[in-house]
Amino acid sequence: MSHQSDLIATDIDAYLAQHEQKELLRFITCGSVDDGKSTLIGRLLYDSKMLYEDQLAQLEDESKTHGTTGGGFDPALVTDGLKAEREQGITIDVAYRYFSTAKRKFIIADTPGHEEYTRNMATGASTADLAVILIDARQGVLTQTKRHSFIVSLLGIRHVVVTINKMDLVDFSQARYDEICADYRDFAARLDLPDLHFIPISALNGDNVVDPSPQMDWYRGSTLMNFLETVYIGSDRNFEDFRFPVQYVNRPNLDFRGFCGTIASGIIRQGDEVMVLPSRKTSRVKSIVTFDSEVAEAFTPQSVTLTFEDEIDCSRGDMIVRPGNVPKVSNDFDAMLVWMSPEAMVPGKTYLFKQTTQTAPGQIESLRYRVDVNSLHRSPAPDLQLNEIGRCTITLSQPIFYDAYRRNRSSGAFIVVDRISNVTVAAGMITAREADKSSKLAPWEVDERGTSQTTRDVRVVTDEERESRLGQSPATVLLTGLSGSGKTTIARGVERALFDAGRTAIVLDGEDLRRGLSRDLGFADDDRSENLRRCAQMARLLNENGFICLASLIAPDAGVRAKAQDLLGDDRFLTVYCQASLDECQARDPRGHYAQAVEGKLPSLPGAGGKYDEPEAPDLTLRTDQQSVDECVDLVVALLRDRKLIR
Amino acid sequence: MSAYSLTHLKLLEAESIHIIREVAAEFSKPVMLYSVGKDSSVMTHLAIKAFYPDKPPFPFLHVDTTWKFAEMIEFRENYARGELGLDLMVHINHEGKALNIDPAENSDKHTEVMKTDALKQALTEHGFDAAFGGARRDEEKSRAKERVFSFRDKFHRWDPKSQRPELWNLYNAKVNAGESIRVFPLSNWTELDVWQYIHLEGIPIVPLYFADYRPVVERNGTLIMKDDDRLELHPGEKLESRQVRFRTLGCYPLTGAVESDATTLPQIIQEMLLAKTSERQGRVIDRDAGGAGMEEKKKQGYF
Repeated sequence: MSHQSDLIATDIDAYLAQHEQKELLRFITCGSVDDGKSTLIGRLLYDSKMLYEDQLAQLEDESKTHGTTGGGFDPALVTDGLKAEREQGITIDVAYRYFSTAKRKFIIADTPGHEEYTRNMATGASTADLAVILIDARQGVLTQTKRHSFIVSLLGIRHVVVTINKMDLVDFSQARYDEICADYRDFAARLDLPDLHFIPISALNGDNVVDPSPQMDWYRGSTLMNFLETVYIGSDRNFEDFRFPVQYVNRPNLDFRGFCGTIASGIIRQGDEVMVLPSRKTSRVKSIVTFDSEVAEAFTPQSVTLTFEDEIDCSRGDMIVRPGNVPKVSNDFDAMLVWMSPEAMVPGKTYLFKQTTQTAPGQIESLRYRVDVNSLHRSPAPDLQLNEIGRCTITLSQPIFYDAYRRNRSSGAFIVVDRISNVTVAAGMITAREADKSSKLAPWEVDERGTSQTTRDVRVVTDEERESRLGQSPATVLLTGLSGSGKTTIARGVERALFDAGRTAIVLDGEDLRRGLSRDLGFADDDRSENLRRCAQMARLLNENGFICLASLIAPDAGVRAKAQDLLGDDRFLTVYCQASLDECQARDPRGHYAQAVEGKLPSLPGAGGKYDEPEAPDLTLRTDQQSVDECVDLVVALLRDRKLIR
Repeated sequence: MSAYSLTHLKLLEAESIHIIREVAAEFSKPVMLYSVGKDSSVMTHLAIKAFYPDKPPFPFLHVDTTWKFAEMIEFRENYARGELGLDLMVHINHEGKALNIDPAENSDKHTEVMKTDALKQALTEHGFDAAFGGARRDEEKSRAKERVFSFRDKFHRWDPKSQRPELWNLYNAKVNAGESIRVFPLSNWTELDVWQYIHLEGIPIVPLYFADYRPVVERNGTLIMKDDDRLELHPGEKLESRQVRFRTLGCYPLTGAVESDATTLPQIIQEMLLAKTSERQGRVIDRDAGGAGMEEKKKQGYF
């Protein structure tokens, strides 16, 4: 294994001193066999000289029998571990690979891209700092790309590198690369991926993997290896909230009582005041003991032993924290669950829940919704099957001490174990709760617990009763388009037509909202997003009460519109694109927006200075510069009828 | 690196200590397998760290095939039992020994009876519900998919198709009576990590890892040390004194030596980094049954 370092031969002591200081980066690779994922890993190991000659020789032998490169060296075979899998030509489980360079040691969690293996990806992602998502340059963003990205976001991986592979097969085209990046960004706007990067590569030939590609001089960014060696992960850990789940009580003699554990988050110093949960008794840290020496300070994720000034009760499963910064203590919470067993989830059945060092029996009380990992849409469902993901309410027989997973991966994660088979059936991530809603919920994130439950609890009229009384199924029609494209006029027309037909629709007009509910908002992108969010929340309430909503807003950002769609639900959301040329809209300028834009008072007006994303697949497109208002109104009413929303 | 970051070795150490403590807390009767090799030395060192100032709260078990190098047994007795004061048990498959299988002639059968069967016997006899092993995922391809907590049924069998999912550092320790878990605290360590850690921490290892003049015979391209009189020379073979060392330690007739002049740890590491063949290459058993030799052995209950 010849690492590329001259120091090895010339000065081994200097080399060792250098390598003792290396950092560790764990990453996951997501993609299918067809994306060249195994080839990429083989390439990283091969190019960083992590393969021995006997391994290489064995691989060359195997390339002849199992390879897909016509007998040539197939880097993919490096990573195909088990015999049965090799025979099938696929990788079916999580495999871990190791390599190191002068700067870092790397652990790769290699997980398959096949549909049925969501659970393996979640497993690999749970310990990863970074995700490498592979896209075949010929295919672009596929359903599976979206699925992988969603799981990466769900498992809280902060750093994502999207590698556009097989660039050699698209003539190293920059235009193709740019197009895929744009597609990906569009879709990723709906996810929580705070640190996103793109690299064009060819894993088979090694372009931009370790060495820069001479074929793609238009690309000026890092190579993949360089990026992996330098990406800053130091701030990923939570150093703010001290959480110390007690793992083991060490009592060799009467004079020593130490609490062993791994610091889940935060920092602790000798002399600090601490509190033990659940007893809430307090003491001070007398010493932080390690085999090497006592230390004055320790931090996550070190494994240490704490002793206290006072004798207070503390045992495995308890959590040591600071009195001024305690986690939630509760026996019920909401969580996203990834179901990993062929036996479906049974709501109400007793399972074991292991979180930090506590294990408690409990039940999954209800499934709020299931997320379709391909479309990201939420829908009601009776249970979760293998590889399905959903948001659940969980009640345990005893309280646990937890934080939201988004804030703290260590104290927000748990596994679910079947009591009879002892098999791990699910992995869970606790979601933010009411108490810290304001700080933890992103603006578009929904706290179902607060809203739905309240409405559900007080709801005395059922949806069916409403639908039969009103003769309609509730829905929201978003009329989107440039200012002056006729959105409000058409919305009012549809309102009248529905009213005349004995149906009940309510118009939510962006301009009206700005006079009251959104009086505090301006016209920046964030303000427009927030305005649409408020409108969508209001539409949601109206829909829940049986009404049809006609929302007339410019809504220029595709990502924001997608969020609104998510919030309202696929079945209840229709996009109507009011399309008119910019010239025509400027000529109409019913609200004087374009005039203001010219004066510089509205610099980011969509279409005139600001961007407007045309809807890609609207439910209906109205050419308002060619069709009359009545024609347009009829088309919208016909759409509602088509979708069986009105009778 | 900032003040609050750990080197990769410190991270690995913290992770391993977490795993070892978790087993001590969750299982009723754990045992740590002790093979006398360098990985065992590191694992033992980590166990001592995990429970300092107390001693590890579980026994150690050496499965002695009766064909180990004499220096290994000496090291076990003097260092592990003597100096470290470990609660060390030694198990030999006496029925198997009566069969008198010569490892030099029948390596497969010998490994199965004296190692795999012996291990299963010992685990069953004492009712251990968890057994630590020093295996690493980088050693061999089928190990790359092994869990840290690896479930074994009543017959100590491993089923690669139905492994429990393993997420975060939340290990599922639930087993029914008779079933057990093999635990691999060094899963994420590489050979280089192990050597570097031995160097940094000053962990004693069996002298066989260092080069010295030893009596060896060349057999099928492998250098075998004549550790005692049981190794019989074939016609035409001759014993020579060569400067050799061992990269792994096992049964002496099955363990190939490499020619070397590395007499210090840095020299060993240097040699390893410049080497062109992998560590297990010296082991005869991996090459049995084509590329999947180890996987088959693991299914049967081998570690």
